Parts: sequence; structure tokens; C-alpha cells
Amino acid sequence: MRTLATIAAALAVAASFALSAPASAGTLEDVKARGSLKCIINTGLIGFAFTDANGQWQGFDVDFCRATAAAVLGDPNAVEFVNATGKTRFTLLNSGEGDLLYRNTTVTMSRDADLKLTFLGVNYYDGQGFIVPKSLGISSAHDLDGASVCIQTGTTTELNLADFFRANNISYESVPIETNEEARQTYLAGRCDAYTTDHSGLAATRASFDDPSAHVLLPEIISKEPLGPAVRQGDDEWADVVRWVMTALIEAEEYGITSGNADQLVSGSDNPSVRRILGVEGSYGSFIGLDEEWARRAIKSVGNYGEIFERHLGPNTPIGLERGLNAQWTDGGLLYAYPIR
Amino acid sequence: MADTTAHKDEEQAPITERIPAVGWVWKNLFSTPLNTVLTLFSLWLIWKVGFSFVDWAFLKGVLFADSRVACREISPHGACWGIISERFDIFVYGRYPHEHRWRVNLSFILLIVALAPVLWETMPFRKRGLLFTVAYPFIAGWLLAGGLFGLDPVNTRNFSGFMLTLVIGVTGISLSLPIGVALALARRSSMPVLRIIAVVFIEFIRGVPLITLLFIASVLLAYFLPPGTDFDLIIRVLIMVTLFASAYMAEVIRGGFQALPRGQYEAAEALGLSYWKSLQKIYLPQVLRISIPGIVNSFIGLYKDTTLVIIIGLLDPLGIGRSLLSDAKWAGLAAEMYLFVALFYFISCFAMSRYSLYLERKLEREQAAEQN
Repeated sequence: MRTLATIAAALAVAASFALSAPASAGTLEDVKARGSLKCIINTGLIGFAFTDANGQWQGFDVDFCRATAAAVLGDPNAVEFVNATGKTRFTLLNSGEGDLLYRNTTVTMSRDADLKLTFLGVNYYDGQGFIVPKSLGISSAHDLDGASVCIQTGTTTELNLADFFRANNISYESVPIETNEEARQTYLAGRCDAYTTDHSGLAATRASFDDPSAHVLLPEIISKEPLGPAVRQGDDEWADVVRWVMTALIEAEEYGITSGNADQLVSGSDNPSVRRILGVEGSYGSFIGLDEEWARRAIKSVGNYGEIFERHLGPNTPIGLERGLNAQWTDGGLLYAYPIR
Repeated sequence: MADTTAHKDEEQAPITERIPAVGWVWKNLFSTPLNTVLTLFSLWLIWKVGFSFVDWAFLKGVLFADSRVACREISPHGACWGIISERFDIFVYGRYPHEHRWRVNLSFILLIVALAPVLWETMPFRKRGLLFTVAYPFIAGWLLAGGLFGLDPVNTRNFSGFMLTLVIGVTGISLSLPIGVALALARRSSMPVLRIIAVVFIEFIRGVPLITLLFIASVLLAYFLPPGTDFDLIIRVLIMVTLFASAYMAEVIRGGFQALPRGQYEAAEALGLSYWKSLQKIYLPQVLRISIPGIVNSFIGLYKDTTLVIIIGLLDPLGIGRSLLSDAKWAGLAAEMYLFVALFYFISCFAMSRYSLYLERKLEREQAAEQN
């Protein structure tokens, strides 16, 4: 018995050591020593992560990775992109295969607490919506009585849909599908009257139709999907770096700092908030283990939040999303960056 | 009189006998009413599907355009092959750095050089060629990853596209055969330790899906390795794929050993040949010949299984295609992309299967010649 107990104890110690091992080293030091940032992104999502003509990753989430690399390492291209599916993203982060996660991930309590992640804010406020053909003549989700709706199985969208229709006492018929591409085909073939998923996804899908103007997004948003970056729980120093880089990009837009004018504002601005972000006043960089030009480099490499949004999702892109909830608080949106001071 | 009868008979012989093709068609396709109906239905189906496919893919297809919108302007209802022609480089090289792509090309040319002595048995200087074949995986690994002897290192995270398929496929295929033979011998060995190790290994690997092994490689290993070790993901995947293929190969080879007539073993023993000598001269040549269909079958299966790496975030051609479809310029061209990738796999696998047929026939002829 004693030997058995000893063996069991030894195994337990070994296992706890093995399981806690990857999280024990400081990620910031690891990244600096490695000279590159391992950023977990989507395997492909219109507007958020895709490969351009040169095979380089581009997109909304990708730019936040690049900004973080620019702030920490001084080079927006010092990023190793780790592509993750919806199933593998958290395991890859927790096993140390990636340093941070920017993969249109909804912040939820179970992910934060149960999966041992630390979420660092929200970089995109999404929500579940509907798309219908214009010919249906519907202008509100409340008119969808008796409609057949395409939904992706096994997602929260399925539950949200049931909740919404039950609360509003509307009958519907669900058409289960697996992937966005399949949904696109099914919907276009007329096998369902409406398709429901995240609003940004609907806009992107509509952009890929041959005649986008024949389809409308209904105004109702039936769920909250705050998308944000995450790191492993228990590495506060690294969490601070990622959080404040993202915050700096959002606050830069609030104070009108762009990739174009950041250098001029270094000497040309009297606004203390601007001077703090650009590292002219105070020593905020040293608080998070970086130099004083961290935010300036991040902004110069990819632009402020507004520039990133316009480049990948905004009205001038095929996706054509309005800022909506993702406008600054001063413009009636939800972006309310913690002050850098 | 006899003459005229014969002439008459010939004249009156039904058309089905006079023209063999017509006869074959009659006998096989229209012999009964049911057959006739089925034939007509199939013809209608082929016409319907085949024509609309040809119409979509070729007659109305657009070969060159720089976005889906541009394609639709030229031909609103045809295929848009622009996603292939504009992004062909990315399908082939993936994210391999532009300035180093010659290394991928050179590796591919060397692959053909390395394959030649294996496939072409009467090649001049074949012995020396085979030496190169053995060295090839290491040369190619050095060329692609670099970092030694003055070649710039290329991060293996950038291995993607068709080159990734070839890297995994060629490594798995070339290493699984020798390891498989060794495992099969170990499993047949009279030494208990060796046999048990082989049995446990083979049964474990065969009892676990490849996808699980890939997950272990990509996710679980990081928990067990000491912190800070950066064990290359591609290497981990190559090891897992090779182990997986070896276990299956071992069983194929073992099947070959069992198919060998008992007399062959007895003859080898009677001649007093040592274990290795009889293996080299008697067993292996026959076993490998018997096993060719099974071996090639495993190769083809392995080659196609490489596409599973998409699940762990490596970008094989399908992964590349998916990331291209996320580009708003090309979104919605899934059919074109999948067809193209399917064509690539078909060409490679069909070539392998034809070569194995040729090899079988040739070996059969040789065997027949020996017996005469």
C-alpha cells in the first residue's frame, strides 16, 4: 500500500508539474527572447483574417496582432501566425503554442473562468442578426412568422434563435447547416427564407453574393457577441501588454492620432492625453516592460482603431459595415477606452 | 450454289454480328426492356449533368480575372477560374518567402532525380542514383528549412500549399516502408520482447485515428515537453504521420509474409542460409512483390490523409483555399477551389496507382519467364 501511495503521489507531482509547466515562464520575456510573437488567428474569415496576393495574412484581427508585435518587438512583421479552428483555439493558447488569441472570440464567463483564460477587453462588438432576400418584403425580424431559417448547428446562435422566437411568440422552421459556405449555398438556393449568424459574418457573406443589393440585413440584433483578445490566465504582465496595446489603438482614434500624423504630433501637440499615448510625457511604457515609444510604433504600423476598421470592414470595403456599436463613445458607440495615464 | 447460299447468309446476317461494336452495344445495353430504360436514363443523366458542367466550367468559365466581381462582369453564370490563375503561386508555395522559392523548385526537381532510379530499373548508374535517393530527404530538408551551410533559415510555419502536401507525403511514404518492414519482421520474430513491442506499437497506432495523433502532436506534446522547448510543429507532424503509416505498412508486409508458401521458408533453411541472407535473397523480394497493391494502397491513403493537417491549423492546399475564400475579392468561389484541389490530388494518386499496375504486370511477366 505504501509503495502504491508513493507512486501515486509521485505521479501527481509529475503531472501537476507537466501541466503547469508551459504557463510558468513569463510570456513577455519569451516573446522578446524569441524575437517573434505567436498570434493565434482564424484559418480564414472574411474581413478578419485572410491571405492576400502575396500569401501574407491580412485582416482586422491580424492587424491587432501586428500592432502588438510592433509595440513589443518594434517590427509589425515579427509575427508567427498560428491558425486555429473554433475547436483548437483555446487548447493552442493554453498549451503554449500561441502567445495570444485574436480570433473573433466571444468573451463569455465560462471561457474566462472555466477555460482559464484572461480576456483583455473587446475589439469588436458583434451580435446575431438576420439576412433575408429583399423580395420577401420584410423589414423586421418580427415579420418572420412561419419562415424557415438557416442556422449553424452546435453554436450559440441556435440557442439565441430559439430564445428570441419563443420570447416573441413567433413560429419558425429551422434548417440546420454545418458551415458558412454551406449556409451561403443553401440560402441562395432558396431552401431557407432567412439566414442567421453574427452580424459581421452576414455582411461578409452578403458581400460574396453576385447581387448583394437583393438582400437586406434586418435591424434586430438578438444576442451580444463581444469579440476580444485573450491570453493564458496567470501571466498578468503579458496580459497588461496586450490590453494596453489594444487600448492605445482605440484611444488614439479618440484623440485623432493616426498612422500619418503620429510623428508630427510628438512635437506638435499640447494635449496631455496625446503626449502620454505617444510617450512624450510620463513613462507609461516602462510600467508594462516596454520602452516609451511602444504605442507610437503600434499606431504607425497599422493605424488607430478607426483606420483598421475602415481598411478591413468599413463602408469602402466589399463588406461595407457601419461603425454602429463599434463607434467611439463620443459618437454614440461602445468604444470607451480606459485612459492611458 | 454453295457460293450463293454463303453470300446470302452473309448478307442477311444481323447488323449486330456484322459490326462488332453494334453487337456489343446491343448485347450489353439494350438486350431487355429494363436494360433499355436504364441505358436511356443514364444517357440522359450524363447529358444533363455533363453538359451543364462543361457549360459552366469551360464554355462560360472565365480563366483570367482579378476578382470575383470582374469575373461576373465578363460572364455572369460561368465558373471563375481567376481564383486559381491569380493565386496559383500561393496554392503551390503557400507562404514560403518569395525570394526563397527557388529552393522549393530545386527540391522538386531533385525529387524527380531521386525518384528516377527507384522507378526506372534499367537506368544507367542506377546504384549511384539510389545512393542519392537515400540522401534526398536530408538534402530536401536542408534546402527547405535552411539554417546550415549558408542557407537562410525559413520558418517551417511558412510551409504550406502543395509543397506541404509533398513534404508530408514524400517523408511519410519514403520512411514508412523501411520502418514498416522492420516492424513486420519484429512482429514475426521469435524474440518475445521485440515481438511484444511491435504488437503493442502497431495495435496502439491502428487503434487511434490519425486525427487524434495529429492533435497529440500539435497540442498535447507541449504539456509534456520541458517549458521553453520549441519543438518544430512540422517535425512533430512528420513523425506522427510516419509512425501512423508505418503501422499500416507493417501489417501489409506481414500479410505478404503469410502469403509466402511454406516451402520457401523450408527451402531457405535447408540451404543453410543465415536469417539476413534468406531475408535478402528469398523472402523480401517475393513478399514485396506480393504486397505491391497493398503498399501502394497505403501510400495513396497516406497521401490523401495529409489533408487532415488542416484541422491543426497547417495550411495544406485546402487550407490555403479556405483562407483565399476569406478574401472579400474571391469569397463565394468554393466550387472552383475544391475542384482544383481535387484535380491535384487525383493526378498524384492516379499516377501512383497506374505505376503500381505497370509494376505488377512487369513482375508477373518476369515471374512467368522464370518459371518457363
